[in-house]
Amino acid sequence: MGKVELREIRNFVCQGTNLEILPGELLVLLGPNGAGKTTLLNVIAGLISYRGHVLFDGEKVDGVPARDRKVGYVFQDLVLFPHLSAGRNIAYGLQTAGWARDEQDKRVDELLDLFKIAHLRSRYPATLSGGEKQRVALARALAPRPRLLLLDEPFNSLDLQTTGFLRTELKQHQREFAMTTLFVTHDLNEAELLADRIAVMLDGRIEQIGKPNDILFCPRGEKILEFIGTPNILECDSVRHVTNGLLEARCNGLNLLVAHNGEAFDRISILPRDVVVLSHKPNNSVNVFTGRLREIIACAGTSRVIVETAGCRLVAELPKEHAQTGLGRDSEVFVELALTKLRPSYTERL
Amino acid sequence: MSESIPPPRNLWGAVPIASALALWEIVARFELVPGDAFLPPFTAVVREIYALAVTGVLAQNFLPSLRRVLIGLVAGAVVGIFVGTAMGWKRQVGSALGPLISLIYPIPALGWLPLLMIWIGIDELLPITIVFICSFFPICYTTAAGIKNVDRRYVRAARSLGSSEPRILATVVLPLALPAIFTGLRLEAGMAWRVIIAAEMVAIPTGIGALLMRSESLVRVDTIIACLMVLSVMCFLFERAILLLERKTTAGWR
Repeated sequence: MGKVELREIRNFVCQGTNLEILPGELLVLLGPNGAGKTTLLNVIAGLISYRGHVLFDGEKVDGVPARDRKVGYVFQDLVLFPHLSAGRNIAYGLQTAGWARDEQDKRVDELLDLFKIAHLRSRYPATLSGGEKQRVALARALAPRPRLLLLDEPFNSLDLQTTGFLRTELKQHQREFAMTTLFVTHDLNEAELLADRIAVMLDGRIEQIGKPNDILFCPRGEKILEFIGTPNILECDSVRHVTNGLLEARCNGLNLLVAHNGEAFDRISILPRDVVVLSHKPNNSVNVFTGRLREIIACAGTSRVIVETAGCRLVAELPKEHAQTGLGRDSEVFVELALTKLRPSYTERL
Repeated sequence: MSESIPPPRNLWGAVPIASALALWEIVARFELVPGDAFLPPFTAVVREIYALAVTGVLAQNFLPSLRRVLIGLVAGAVVGIFVGTAMGWKRQVGSALGPLISLIYPIPALGWLPLLMIWIGIDELLPITIVFICSFFPICYTTAAGIKNVDRRYVRAARSLGSSEPRILATVVLPLALPAIFTGLRLEAGMAWRVIIAAEMVAIPTGIGALLMRSESLVRVDTIIACLMVLSVMCFLFERAILLLERKTTAGWR
């Protein structure tokens, strides 16, 4: 699997998009609906027209039709052929590539075993569950050994449990085979969990590209800040060793217990979505502080609240349903900053 | 404790048919038909069908009609599916042929009869051509619509899997359009019988239609009804056969 480069891609959505996918990496293309993520995948796959250049391993493939680009594509709705069994869906790309029948069977068996779906071989898509369909779609895309794998929000329609399981499985296979992969999502959590690197796409442009922590804690520009949310950054005055791997840091008047990885730090960041605001005191008493709710701002699908604690103001993101908990302006609340969500860092790196 | 076994679903459909036949028998036996109209009892018609069968009259008239329907319908279906596929798959072909077919389609198949009698003459080709015209246009239309309505995401998926355009048509688009194509075939199978009878009544001296006309001139009501019953059964059997073929072809995924 090789390197993929996009240079100045332009069409009805893309506005001079540049992107580089490194060999063997899983790059997540993150952005809101309508940002042009799917369009960009279709450009790479050669399914729509564009201006600019797509390069596979340094070679331009702009004139190469979709069928010759050797790209594995898992579509948003999976698009399994309803008239073919799971086995024949997986074999489809092998038949078109002219593989011999016994080679096809061998490859299909191999993939059915890899995804643990051998029992589904003769079943039609209409009889499969969402997770099973997802595995068949992934096996179908991988069957002809593509040089690049494109995944367009493949877990969208699945329940949380199945999504979590499939995500782990995907990451494992991706690492095992060092597949160059471009994964599209609008879900920040998903991006963080899967990505080697994240590229944020807004309004047809790649606005920022970097490691998940760089994107989450150093978002560049107003647009990305608006999409991702500004992290809470707490300045640390002192740090005290508590026990093996655990430190107590005094930051903005809060005494925080922090897991220590050996690196020096003078700041702690936490994303608004990781600040838990509760009306009652939680059983866990680690990193729990009392505060007062000062502001409630309604956003799409969530509410942002500003909580004032003893020493600082924290921004928290709450699901819309928080209205039912009876939390209102100036109510006394408890704020929990989970140990695992705190990110210590050193000023120079931020 | 004994449990009552519900009758098979098909049996419910047979009940009204049996009732209608019983009513027919009673009305005819007791001469309850108003006016001077003559209605032979159902059993008399069955006897007449038997008589027509053993004397060979039925086969002599039925087989030419069957042959004409089969040839006309198969030819109309093959050409209709071919042209419809081209129209549905290639926008240029659809745009070029669409208006022409839209203009010719509304002409009733029997409307062509006078013209075809002059052009072809009164021979075997005439009823076959009528059935061909009757089958071609609707099958062409339903095929074109079926092909056009295939979700284009499947085409993209096939393309991304390395498939060429003719292969996509053969392995993805046509199979997915089959339900629409079969709907057209099923409707036209019955229609072909209706048209052939009408054509034979008007212009051809052989076939079930011609037998109907001869029976009318001899006032053989039992033979007329026997012919209509044969026609009804043939329409039903043709539609069922195509339905069966459809189920076999699309079994498992629909």
